[in-house]
Amino acid sequence: MSLPEIPVVSASSKVPAPSGVPAPSPAPAPVPPEAGPVLAAYHLSVWYGTSLALKDVTIEIPRNQITALIGPSGCGKSTLLRCFNRMNDLIPGARTEGVILCDGKEITSPDTDPVALRRRIGMVFQKPNPFPKSIHENVAWGARINGYRGNMDDLVERSLRRAALWDEVKDKLHRSGMDLSGGQQQRLCIARTLAVEPEVILMDEPCSALDPISTARVEDLMDDLKSEYTIVIVTHNMQQARRVSDMTACLMLDEDSRDKNRIGVIAEFSSTDLLFTNPKDPRTEAYITGRIG
Amino acid sequence: MSRPASSLYEPHRRIRVLAGPVFGAACFLATLTGVVVLSVLLGSIIATVLHRPGVHPWYDVASNTRDLYEFLKALVTRVRSRDPALAGFRIGIVGSLWLLVLVAVFAIPVGIGAAVFLEEYAPPGRLRRVIQTNIANLAGVPSIVYGILGLALFVRAFGLNRLALGPTLWAGGLTLGLLILPVIVIATQEALRTVPSSLRQAALALGATHWQVIRDHVLPVALPGILTGTILGLSRAIGETAPLLMVGAAGSILRLPRGPGDRYTALPVEIYNYAKEPSAEFSTIAAGGILILVVLLLSMNAVAIFIRNRYSRSVRG
Amino acid sequence: MSALTRHIPASHSGLWAGPSRFRSLTEAGVGAFLLLCATITVLTTAGIILVLGLETLEFFEKSKVGLLHFLTGTVLNPEGGKYGILPLIWGTFQVAAGSSVIALPIGLLSAIYLSEYAPSRVRAVLKPALELLAGIPTIVYGYLALLLVTPVLKAIFEPMGIPVSTFNVASACIVVGVMIIPLVSSLSEDVLSAVPRGLREAGYALGATKFEVSTRIVLPAGLSGVMASFILAVSRAIGETMAVVLAAGMRPQITLNPFDSCETMTTYIVSVTGGEASYGSPEYLSLFAVGMALFLSTLALNLLSEIVLRRYREVYR
Ligand SMILES: Nc1ncnc2c1ncn2[C@@H]1O[C@H](COP(=O)(O)OP(=O)(O)OP(=O)(O)O)[C@@H](O)[C@H]1O
Ligand SMILES: [Mg+2]
Repeated sequence: MSLPEIPVVSASSKVPAPSGVPAPSPAPAPVPPEAGPVLAAYHLSVWYGTSLALKDVTIEIPRNQITALIGPSGCGKSTLLRCFNRMNDLIPGARTEGVILCDGKEITSPDTDPVALRRRIGMVFQKPNPFPKSIHENVAWGARINGYRGNMDDLVERSLRRAALWDEVKDKLHRSGMDLSGGQQQRLCIARTLAVEPEVILMDEPCSALDPISTARVEDLMDDLKSEYTIVIVTHNMQQARRVSDMTACLMLDEDSRDKNRIGVIAEFSSTDLLFTNPKDPRTEAYITGRIG
Repeated sequence: MSRPASSLYEPHRRIRVLAGPVFGAACFLATLTGVVVLSVLLGSIIATVLHRPGVHPWYDVASNTRDLYEFLKALVTRVRSRDPALAGFRIGIVGSLWLLVLVAVFAIPVGIGAAVFLEEYAPPGRLRRVIQTNIANLAGVPSIVYGILGLALFVRAFGLNRLALGPTLWAGGLTLGLLILPVIVIATQEALRTVPSSLRQAALALGATHWQVIRDHVLPVALPGILTGTILGLSRAIGETAPLLMVGAAGSILRLPRGPGDRYTALPVEIYNYAKEPSAEFSTIAAGGILILVVLLLSMNAVAIFIRNRYSRSVRG
Repeated sequence: MSALTRHIPASHSGLWAGPSRFRSLTEAGVGAFLLLCATITVLTTAGIILVLGLETLEFFEKSKVGLLHFLTGTVLNPEGGKYGILPLIWGTFQVAAGSSVIALPIGLLSAIYLSEYAPSRVRAVLKPALELLAGIPTIVYGYLALLLVTPVLKAIFEPMGIPVSTFNVASACIVVGVMIIPLVSSLSEDVLSAVPRGLREAGYALGATKFEVSTRIVLPAGLSGVMASFILAVSRAIGETMAVVLAAGMRPQITLNPFDSCETMTTYIVSVTGGEASYGSPEYLSLFAVGMALFLSTLALNLLSEIVLRRYREVYR
């Protein structure tokens, strides 16, 4: 098929050695994509202008699992998430160093088309942001601009069903997406993301604007989607991380540089069970037991 | 509980309480001058138009209205003449409509394009600042200076006769187009700024290109604001006289322009020519032309202001 | 490839045409078009400066008038080869000063009324009304001067033995003043209503009256914004053409009598265009030199207003 191809760039050739950061480890051995992580970042640092927001982050997102990112406010969870589909490109002054691989191909290089990348790596935002258009159009638009040739009504229905929204909106598909409740809007945004059939879905605090019932529905939904999609979710809700995720990464603010800039680093990354029951890093333990953060 | 008032405080409550309403009333009256002027203006012009031989008493609204209608209809169908009984604005009105079309075709796409470039494409920095300052200053350039520009650039082309457009509708339309460009650009920019960035991000995250996002999401949301600015700009173009005097909208054209390459005159220019005449009959004709012009422009502006107030609430989210 | 498609149900994968081959072409084309649009606005400024600059140089070359004499000479008589524009500067100053005396206080008071006193329903009516007033073309104000203002001035002052000429400075000041009231009031109102609510509440909490809050807290807080709107209004008065042509006439002279006629820079330009000056003659070229003087003075005022306004914004960010 004719999926948009991302040009293959050898990981090691393009990376400038980040100063002050340990030299990147040799490019990971080319593993067959099916086995390896779907997304991976190695020695990733992100600057906003001159201030370092994220330092030397290495993380591998396993395929068809849910990975949670937790950590105190401002530690760079959103920043990391937005690196994966290059939404940070849109922020003037934002700059990254390090390697980010998607299926073994580097995505930070200038020859990667961010537009094609974002189609493969969908994103759900913290605040529901439906288009001020009809519900149908909200779902269909992304598919249309990506050249979907199948039956659009079927796709809309399928996507809305998957997002557990179909029954609530099937009679008012022509109504504006802005007229839905917050929880419905968020599921509409998920349906919209599903309609372009991405491989990975990045969710930035998708439930923070929702009531417990809507939250539960979104969590159920994630569990459903897991079989076909890889999900990365940022959450402030420890229970939620425990409930839904397979792997958890705990980000922390670097303690050494507390003077001026506080820099985000990964404190611990392991399976959710392990991280919550037996945290290795004292900072993680303090955070999940509620003593800091 | 209550303390005795300290003798060190003298609140002058009387004076202070009096000054407030007086000042408020002054402010209110000042605000009313605008409304008063508007009514005096329209009133005196209508009165002038009606104040011709054979008038009905002013309270005879029905016959006066019929009278007014007949008079304006006659003005619309007649052309310029030395005889006040035969004079009218037909050529000027057609010329103004031509100008409206030419200005719209030029200024709307260019104005919106420049605004979209500044708000959505140009990286923040030197280039953007320069263009921005430049547009702010263009908005303050007197209209007659645009007339000078049009005269030298379009009508004469610095004396290069091959390129010169001459005193044609093209020259007039382009000149007025440049004149209202800043109006459209600034209004469009303001409208684009009200579009929430979450909307753009949502669309980009689906794998849309920059232009797809703007075309399908940003411009539709900004449309009411753009429309308002555009209508205000066009109505400004229709009412301008001075630059047209410079680029050759002569008053003494006696046939309708057949195309944009033809010589022309415009409604405000014809009004000016009639108003210059000392005789009272021509003054009445000018008043009739003004009535036509003002009604046209005020209704355009009213539509524009209505659109803005109706849709001014921005998109949530 | 296999990795990408594995998770998409096989039945769907063939349905994605992928982005059209023209996508990147469209993107580039649109970007180029938008850049072109923005460039046109810059070229307009460049064009104005180029046209005025070149022709002004040619004027000084052909007419053999020195710059100093041009600016300070008191006789303006193109037929006699005399080009001193001091009478024009004086006329322009008179009209700008006179109209400011009318427009600035009234505009400011109505801005205070609209932002501090008016109940929201009154405001909802008055603000659009003022905006409508701003949309009336200037030729209408000129006509109004001839039709209404000058006759009224005559009726008042001639019985006192003060002659009032048909074209006079006073009526130009009045109509231009009325014309720029909406500009002052709407710009100032924007600034005043942007003054943070907390400041007002702090004032009331200290026991101040509404009058005191308006004049001692809100007004000083928005002062530089108000000043900026004043400067813009003066710049507009300087650049005004049609109202002045019809109200004040075209006689270049230096007089203190407000009931005598005068000529401003703008009206001089109109008079040259309307006259018989042949293309390339010093008289024809002099309109560019005067245009340059006009452009530079309004540009200076606009820049000044922008600087003042920027200071205001800095205070509130
Ligand atoms: N657009 C931006 N420009 C400049 N700095 C930014 C920008 N976005 C984020 N930052 C900075 O980067 C750091 C990390 O921000 P980020 O939004 O990733 O935090 P977060 O972990 O998502 O926090 P929260 O849990 O509150 O959402 C912060 O110090 C923030 O100030
Ligand atoms: Mg965040």
